[in-house]
Amino acid sequence: MASTPPAPAVAPSLVDTLFQRSLNDLVKSLRADPSAAGEAAAVARALSEIHREIRAPDAATKSVALQKLAYLSSLHFAPVGSHPLAFAAIELLASPHLPHKHLAYLAASLSLHPASLSLLPLATHQLHKDLSPSAGAAHQQHVSALAFQLLASPAATAAPDLPVHLAHDLVQHLARGSPRAIAAAARVIAASPSAAVPVLFKPLAACLASPDPRASTAAAAAFCDLSAPPADATPFLPLAPDLYNLLTTSRSNWALIKVLKVFARLAPLEPRLAARIVDPVCQLLTRSSAMSLTFECIRTVLTALPAHDAAVRLAIGKAKEFIAAADDPNLRYLGLLALGMLGPAYASTVNDCRDAIAKSLGDADTNIRQEALHLIMGMVNENNVVDIAGMLISHVAKSDPEFANDILGAVLAACGHNVYEMVVDFDWYVSLLADMARTLHCAQGDEIGRQLVDVGLRVQDARPELVRSARTLLIDPALLGNHFLFPVLSAAAWISGEYVDLTKDPVELVEALLQPRTSLLPISVRAVYIHAVFKVITWCFSVYVGRLGDSGMAMDVMFDRLAPDQTVSLDSNVALGSGEEQDIGASTVRKDPFSHESILYMIDLIQTTVGPLINCNEVEVQERAHNLIGFVHLVREIQELNKRKVADGDEPSRLKELVKTMRTVFCQELGPVSVNAQMKVAPPDGLILNENLVELAGMVSEDDTTPSTSIFFYPCSRHSVDTRDEPAVSIGSSSLSEHRKRHGLFYLQTGKTEDEPNDYPQANDSLPSSSNNSVINDDKSKTAELVFAGKKSTATKSRPKVVKLDTEDFLSSVMPSANVPKEDPLSGALRDVLLGSDAKALSSQRASDINLEGMLNKTSSNESSSHLIENLGSYPASRSSRTTSKQQNDDKEKGTNPRESDGKEPRKHRSSGRSGHRQGKHKHREKSSTQPDTIPQASVIQDFLL
Amino acid sequence: MINFVLLISRQGKVRLTKWYSPYTQKERTKVIRELSGLILTRGPKLCNFVEWRGYKVVYRRYASLYFCMCIDADDNELEVLEIIHHFVEILDRYFGSVCELDLIFNFHKAYYILDEILIAGELQESSKKNVARLIAAQAC
Repeated sequence: MASTPPAPAVAPSLVDTLFQRSLNDLVKSLRADPSAAGEAAAVARALSEIHREIRAPDAATKSVALQKLAYLSSLHFAPVGSHPLAFAAIELLASPHLPHKHLAYLAASLSLHPASLSLLPLATHQLHKDLSPSAGAAHQQHVSALAFQLLASPAATAAPDLPVHLAHDLVQHLARGSPRAIAAAARVIAASPSAAVPVLFKPLAACLASPDPRASTAAAAAFCDLSAPPADATPFLPLAPDLYNLLTTSRSNWALIKVLKVFARLAPLEPRLAARIVDPVCQLLTRSSAMSLTFECIRTVLTALPAHDAAVRLAIGKAKEFIAAADDPNLRYLGLLALGMLGPAYASTVNDCRDAIAKSLGDADTNIRQEALHLIMGMVNENNVVDIAGMLISHVAKSDPEFANDILGAVLAACGHNVYEMVVDFDWYVSLLADMARTLHCAQGDEIGRQLVDVGLRVQDARPELVRSARTLLIDPALLGNHFLFPVLSAAAWISGEYVDLTKDPVELVEALLQPRTSLLPISVRAVYIHAVFKVITWCFSVYVGRLGDSGMAMDVMFDRLAPDQTVSLDSNVALGSGEEQDIGASTVRKDPFSHESILYMIDLIQTTVGPLINCNEVEVQERAHNLIGFVHLVREIQELNKRKVADGDEPSRLKELVKTMRTVFCQELGPVSVNAQMKVAPPDGLILNENLVELAGMVSEDDTTPSTSIFFYPCSRHSVDTRDEPAVSIGSSSLSEHRKRHGLFYLQTGKTEDEPNDYPQANDSLPSSSNNSVINDDKSKTAELVFAGKKSTATKSRPKVVKLDTEDFLSSVMPSANVPKEDPLSGALRDVLLGSDAKALSSQRASDINLEGMLNKTSSNESSSHLIENLGSYPASRSSRTTSKQQNDDKEKGTNPRESDGKEPRKHRSSGRSGHRQGKHKHREKSSTQPDTIPQASVIQDFLL
Repeated sequence: MINFVLLISRQGKVRLTKWYSPYTQKERTKVIRELSGLILTRGPKLCNFVEWRGYKVVYRRYASLYFCMCIDADDNELEVLEIIHHFVEILDRYFGSVCELDLIFNFHKAYYILDEILIAGELQESSKKNVARLIAAQAC
């Protein structure tokens, strides 16, 4: 063939025909070079040959070419233009020679698909001829069989008018009960119901009652196809008697399976049907030895006859036999599948074979394991969640990584579903979360970390256990190398910092948070670690200073190792439960974490490990390191005081105030907030949000980050602003409105605040902590649904209260009374407390590298600093009387900063607050000297926006 | 109903395709690629069903050939497994201990036999003797 000169335009010569390659030759040439390139070349060469040969007038040449083309197009997906193949095929359809005809029909059914329908109408006439009974044709039966074949192919049924033309030809074949005609008729009806149903439906239905088992089987299959789910099964209800007859008399399993399928679709439509078929189905179920029929019976009973208890029990029994089939994975899989079809009414039955299902979790087959996991998760309820989760977690260690994470994901999803509705014992759940994080292949760190924090926010009673679990996670240096666990560690660090007052040993905690391997953590997690250290050290100081106050002002005594006298140390308000007090007392014997030595040890540790991070080039870490180091420098004076033994009553009290203020910054409770809370805040009337701010839009949008998780925080601040004392907003009202737009969550709704209770805590009232939560919450309980249940009684273990957000009610009630100040919550309170050490140092660090000690001295030598700190300390409680008490001791500089110190949101908005603060301070200093009655917060807010 | 039938060799070569639902050429290539990746990697003692895009693929390996049939989610898996076996038995009877090469060089015969067994994705002829008789009659 290769010797033939290329003559594509002319018809093939006799030589071509004589030396035509057969299909065998083509296959051999394709197999000669198995590489992809060689195969492609062979295909291309063969195609060019075929294109020439297929134009041959000789039917034999044409048919061989067609055969080769059909081969290439079906197995090698050669880019065959549909035209030559389809056209030649239709030419050959008319061939009187049966093998040619057969080949032509094969080629047509292979090559025609919906995209190449243009030629199909050409075949209509030939099909019509082949379908009509002509007595003379020798192979009439085969010919019509071929025509049915083409008619039933997907391409033909997609052609719009073909069925319409040929429907009548099918009728006589249906009358003879030809199975192929039945299949073709079903396809024709499915393709164009409007045209075919009037003609074909009745003859097709008659075939159901045909004495020929082949016809009735084919008809059952046809109706099974036609009633398949997307279609409506109602039109087939009248067929029920015939189908029932078939069900009871047929001995063909193929037919019975199809009939059962149709009945499974009809039974829900006709209530009486279920009662009729339940007996025959049960008989088949008990009698049949064919597994396919048995399984079909099980499926029919479980999906369509759930009301017949005996049948369901029988089917469940069979399904259990399937699951127990040790040597056939197919049956095990189908058995689990069948149990999965059971509704919740039979959950207990499924529970009975929990052991068998649990065994399937270790199956070699992924499908079986997945199905078993699915089943087990389906049977979880609040009574067995502890058992099941424990069993599943024990399976995690034995599973491959992928399935292990499937299990973890399923447990997390089930337990976390609808705000942990299944979890009763949160202590258990918290330790389970920690266990999950420690499993070998755990890659679900994100979700575990999220849930740890979420449980901490929502379930007050779980916090002691949370802190314990967080400790075990944090002190394990091995976990720091696993990048999947970073979110978990981040959550653990946050929990340890936030609920530090529940910690047994803060010294150990600080050591864990600052261990050398923390350098492996990503920046964001590191920042959380450092911030947690800040909270811990602040709390330790507050306890320590509280004891100082307790033991009087004598410095000699102060630095002795004190026997703790918790009952009198109310200033610190550690608010430990009575049991915890004893614990603290006990640990004091070993090592008192609040002794002078411990504090100094922690300070040293912080300075050596966090100190270098001041030069870190990641802002998050750098900033927090600055905060922490600044604070440590501030309190370092304790040590110096100790050396000098200055018995000056002023200094310790100043320190005390400082520490107490810092503690106040962190001791506010954070609660969950609905994701769309902000959207619910309606802008007040008359507020035009876009006015004068168009030019700011670009700047604002740059740092306007949205929280990535579904949960973010707002402070349930204990102190409210009395808006009646608010001066009218005059300066920068548009800035304020823009800010309100961005952070509307933290604003009160104007007008409704009149209802606020006026009984705020006194200035030196106890700091909020877990023990006085109930008191505080009493005030809020009318408006916010945040009241936690009282102390959990360990004996009865009732489910603790879980804070849920009922979006509508909750928000409408909370938003007006969220007790959020109108002032700017952006400002970081620490920055104000540390203003000398931190903010200034930060601003000037790169330029002049002023040392912090110098700044500190400056601050402490400032004669009004004690006033300032006092003011700071009393600030959180004094908002309502701010304008009066504040203005009294307002002089040149201090009025500004306390105002910002109540921003209980240092966690969120610190970065944006940084630059603004510095400006605000200077600006306000000028202002307050000239116009003492200016509204401070308005200007501050404006500064922040700039 | 059966949506398509695939015969794939252990090396991933396609030996026979038959489509009972409309698929474009592009989709067919994609389906074959996906399924060979899914099925050829499965170990020997696993179950014969694979869930795939809301369908189920029932497959069975005979020597070096995988016979795969894709069915709807609520079809009977075991029945299809029996159909596959039925098909293989008829091939075996026709070719006399069938091997992969028989199907390669007589691809149209394999199609003819499949067409006798399945029409429109449903089993038509459950008698092996009948199929053999029909195929023999057509060959003349």
